[in-house]
Amino acid sequence: MTAVDASRNAAARERSGLGVFTQDALLQIFLIANTFIMLFPILVMVLNGFKTNAEIFSSPFALPNFQNLSNFEAIATGTSFVRYLFNSVLVTGLSIGFILILGTMAAYAIARYAFRGSGLLLLFFIAGLTVPLKLAIIPLFILMRDLGLLDTQFSLICVYTAMGLPSTVFIMTGFIRTLPRDLEDAARMDGASEFKIMRSVILPLARPAMVIAAIQNLVPIWNDFFFPLVFIQTESLKTLPQGLTTFMGEYNTNWGVLFAGLTLAAAPITLVYIVLSRQFINGMTSGAVK
Amino acid sequence: MFGMRITRRGLWIACLIVPPVLVLALFTVYPIVTALGYAFFDWNGAAQGDFVFLQNFRDVLFREPFATWTRNAFLHNIVVFAVLMVVQNGIGFLIAYALWRNLPGARFHRVAVFLPVVLSTIIVGFVWKLFFNPLFGLVNQTLRAIGLDMLAQPWLGQSSTALGALILVNAWHWIGFPSLIYLAGMQRIPGEIMDAARMDRDSELSILRRIVWPLIAPSATIVFILTFIGSFNWFELPYIMAGVDGSPYGSTDVLGLYFYRTAFGNQSAGTQDFGHGSALAVITFLFIAVVAGFWTVHLRKREIEL
Repeated sequence: MTAVDASRNAAARERSGLGVFTQDALLQIFLIANTFIMLFPILVMVLNGFKTNAEIFSSPFALPNFQNLSNFEAIATGTSFVRYLFNSVLVTGLSIGFILILGTMAAYAIARYAFRGSGLLLLFFIAGLTVPLKLAIIPLFILMRDLGLLDTQFSLICVYTAMGLPSTVFIMTGFIRTLPRDLEDAARMDGASEFKIMRSVILPLARPAMVIAAIQNLVPIWNDFFFPLVFIQTESLKTLPQGLTTFMGEYNTNWGVLFAGLTLAAAPITLVYIVLSRQFINGMTSGAVK
Repeated sequence: MFGMRITRRGLWIACLIVPPVLVLALFTVYPIVTALGYAFFDWNGAAQGDFVFLQNFRDVLFREPFATWTRNAFLHNIVVFAVLMVVQNGIGFLIAYALWRNLPGARFHRVAVFLPVVLSTIIVGFVWKLFFNPLFGLVNQTLRAIGLDMLAQPWLGQSSTALGALILVNAWHWIGFPSLIYLAGMQRIPGEIMDAARMDRDSELSILRRIVWPLIAPSATIVFILTFIGSFNWFELPYIMAGVDGSPYGSTDVLGLYFYRTAFGNQSAGTQDFGHGSALAVITFLFIAVVAGFWTVHLRKREIEL
């Protein structure tokens, strides 16, 4: 949004039938109402985390006593919440690590070396973008069983890595192709090995694309529930979304604890999103837009 | 690559390419290809039996009780898709337009509308399940607080409102996505086009309809196709809010739940049936692929190159 947009809006102001001031006022009211609908449920969730059952039922809209942390203590001491959180961090972190390493390797080869079949290879990866892997859950289940990976977190990491590779190869190939070749050629003249050129010349320059790829994969992997539901049985291996279902069943009459648990579960990704909202929005919509 | 002399360079390229290709081949290509094969076999639970060719497909499409379940679930998916197209994408377009006007606070509104999108469906589902509780839930408490007691009802407990409630929660969760994709499309419209349009036309409404909407056709294509795929892959939200049987009385049953239940069993019937499950997965996959394919081609035709 720039000065051009502002002057365009000014031009609209003079011409529109309804009167642009009225239009703007209506749109502003609409936006405020919408933002209220978006944030109010989240706010109530957080506030209810500080309340007792009686307070939630009798005064749902009142502010709680924020010193009352008993619900959060119940979660820290009485549930495996910390374990689930750790598992989610581990699985998501390793998956994104593998996605970035493998994705960058393929993208670098496709973008930087002329070899027969490189176009076909890129198509192979892009075709993976269109596959709804959920519908292949039966063969995946049998594959994991035969590989002895059922009920291990490695099964999740494998599937997430395969899911994330296509978009990452797509983004990284496009980006690496735009990088100038001069630096690389200079390094080659100096006798640097191909590995050294990739690691110390190209990778530092490709970092912005890696950030976009990482964010694009972060949200679906962190939030995934379907694959753990099918692959993981052992309580101590469950990820956060899956662990929530156990926890919601155990505490189903204690609403304060339930809301506190949901608040804690939502907190990590929400905080990261608030800090990096621009990158999140760009990352998550860029795959779709371009 | 084939018949190439093995050189240091060739080896280096192979080192880069082989691992990612193997991962994708093993965990995406192989499952997708075998999914089709599995549907042609009789399965005793999770153990493969005889080759029965199209029997599983015939069963799920035409034999009772499968046929009724399949039809019921499929019709619900269509309802989900139709309502989301209107509510989620329609309001999303309005939000995008309002954000595009760059009114005071637009950046804050943009961050707010996208916040639910980053939350897990499991969190969203549980929170709204509690909010829809007939006695103590936020929804009915709010209705009572503003004097609309007669509207308070067991939203998730009766067949007439359960699916609608789930769809609205889905719209709340995802509306930021179409909004910001439309917004990105609008921001790419050159200012001169808008200036020229405002010279000629009288109302903002006709500019929206005749200029903006055609020019953001590429965004609309993406939003429509993703809504379609998402509607027919719908699983997590009904699983959390309505349970694996699509309660009450199957009124929220959709293909995703039905497929999962058939393949992996539910609490009441803990049996696995990979044969009929695979047939359902293949039918759903083919349906999504064919419709999305043709529709994409159709939608692409109305896109204008800027």
